[in-house]
Amino acid sequence: MTQLIWNGLFVGSFYALVAIGYSMVYGIIKLLNFAHGDVYMLGSFTGFLLLGSVSGLLGTWSLPVLLLVLLLSMLFTGTIGVIIEKVAYRPLRSSPRLAVLITAVGMSFVLEYGIRQIFGPSPRVFPVRLAGDPIFFLDARITLPQIVLMVIAAALMYFLQRYVMKSREGRAMRSIALDTQASLLMGVNVNKVISRTFFIGSALAGAAGVMAGAYYGSIDFLMGFIIGLKAFTAAVIGGIGNLYGAMLGGLVLGLLESFGTNWLGGQWRDVFAFACLIAFLSFKPTGLLGERVSERM
Amino acid sequence: MASLFGSRDRIDDLLTAPAPFVKRPEQNKGLLHPQRFMNMFGLIVFIAAMVLPFISATPYIISILTSALIYVMLAMGLNVVVGYAGLLDLGYVAFFAVGAYTSGILSTRLGWSVFETIPVVLLACVAAGIIIGGPTLRLRTDYLAIVTLGFGEIVRLTANNLAITGGPSGIHGIRTFSFFGWSFADGATLFGIDFNSKVLFYYFVLIVAGGLAVIGAARLGKGKLGRAWKSVRDDEDAAEAMGINTYRVKLSAYIIGAIWGGLAGVLMGSHLTAVSPTSFEFLYSALVLMAVVLGGMGSTPGVIIGALFISLAPELLRDFADWRYLIFGVLMVITMIFRPKGVWPANAMLPWLHRRSPMRSAAERDESDEAVVVTVPEPPEERRP
Repeated sequence: MTQLIWNGLFVGSFYALVAIGYSMVYGIIKLLNFAHGDVYMLGSFTGFLLLGSVSGLLGTWSLPVLLLVLLLSMLFTGTIGVIIEKVAYRPLRSSPRLAVLITAVGMSFVLEYGIRQIFGPSPRVFPVRLAGDPIFFLDARITLPQIVLMVIAAALMYFLQRYVMKSREGRAMRSIALDTQASLLMGVNVNKVISRTFFIGSALAGAAGVMAGAYYGSIDFLMGFIIGLKAFTAAVIGGIGNLYGAMLGGLVLGLLESFGTNWLGGQWRDVFAFACLIAFLSFKPTGLLGERVSERM
Repeated sequence: MASLFGSRDRIDDLLTAPAPFVKRPEQNKGLLHPQRFMNMFGLIVFIAAMVLPFISATPYIISILTSALIYVMLAMGLNVVVGYAGLLDLGYVAFFAVGAYTSGILSTRLGWSVFETIPVVLLACVAAGIIIGGPTLRLRTDYLAIVTLGFGEIVRLTANNLAITGGPSGIHGIRTFSFFGWSFADGATLFGIDFNSKVLFYYFVLIVAGGLAVIGAARLGKGKLGRAWKSVRDDEDAAEAMGINTYRVKLSAYIIGAIWGGLAGVLMGSHLTAVSPTSFEFLYSALVLMAVVLGGMGSTPGVIIGALFISLAPELLRDFADWRYLIFGVLMVITMIFRPKGVWPANAMLPWLHRRSPMRSAAERDESDEAVVVTVPEPPEERRP
């Protein structure tokens, strides 16, 4: 029981990190960024490359090195996120929603099969595998890397929360989410803030990618698809467009999955998660923390 | 009010459409009438496809042509959902899977003829369409997109996990179509020419997918329901204000898309004689979507071109086989940014089919514009609110 809860919270913190990016972008420009899961994949491949070169240079690796690689990967994926927004989404900002959605699917294809052309179709083994002696706490098997990764995830989410809620730039973001036109009139540089949002969201997804690579040990070019779908589920469960909702939704989805796997068996895990998505959208489309939105289409 | 219903003449006046300000050239007559020309053109393409096996009938060519036709049918079905009704369906291949698996299971386990499974397949597709469309069509378009994506994965994973669907290895040994004891596998001799089972099946797919599916979807798009779909796509609130039950209209588009997909699945199962979960990955949904998007959403000739391109390009460009998905992705983004209506937009007309007023030089136009002043009739005072 404690084990299930712990596993759920651990997986859930990954979902939460990716879901935040989905939710922030959606909250600000009402765009479902399908390529977001692939940015996560891109993050783990960046980490893979960087760790390979760093461990070649230093001959060894340690936690500080891993943190440095994490930071560099975050910068890289954040920049890629900004480029994606500039190239693919900005020209279409006033187009019908269908056009933007299709572009997002195309962008996701470009990232997936671009990486496939570079790294090949077969899974790659991450140069670093985080493993440690388990600690037993209330019958739950907890390893040190799990704690480290969760602390990193929690720290990232804490800084993000401070940034969005307390800083001037965060206020600009929230004002755009409320009313883009009015923010424009009030002198907010909307394009810049949207770029910044994409940067932050993509950087967080990249961080989750590096951490997942380091923890699970194997990465492939399609790994972003399922996690993207799950992160969206998490964002919907929490209430899309809501920062706390994305965090809560990630943890709830992690727990649901953990218990669902226990009841139904591992092969039904993804089916169970997507069934949760459909159930939530049918019965509570605003999610746990989302406000009622009256707009349609 | 009194003036509005004043005299009988007044009402007749109000009911007649006002004369156009600019005189338009008349439509072409005879063979160059746009609709007639396109119909003739379609017929010629159809006959060309009929003749093709007489030119070259290697099993390879017949096989890829059959697959291409099935793709055309899938794309026409998705075109109803995406092109006409404007609903993004990212799990379209799920209906394809429902059709293929239903027919495959019934024909291999219960020994039904594939032909007899079609009513059950139709029922299963309608049920699947209602199950997935029912709760989600009230939501926003992007929610629908992601739910259909999830649904596609659910269908694939379920097929992968269940025993009745054969698990990861799928179903093998699906027989070809048979009618009242005679099956395509028997072959046929007509006018002294032997047709083997593959060629017969190709003709069958050509008639069903190339003919009935295309004509059916195109005519649905032109009818009352089709106009309702398009109005919902263009402005849902306005459509609702005009008395269209938007939910029912969207659901009907969804169900028709599901039926097209399911029947294509039956054909595909029979064509490949086997179905397995790997044929129903998200990739294939995205490919069909690309066919619709690249060709032109809502445009019948465009969608056919798109489907043929998507299905035949990998065969024609073997050297680029690894690059094709990357290229398709780039094409999708570029199309949406620079040519969002696709290569053959829905309202496009071939240049020689419309008659323009003769071109005049700029100087002439300036002169004549002064000479022929378009007189805008002043609306009668009573008509102003």
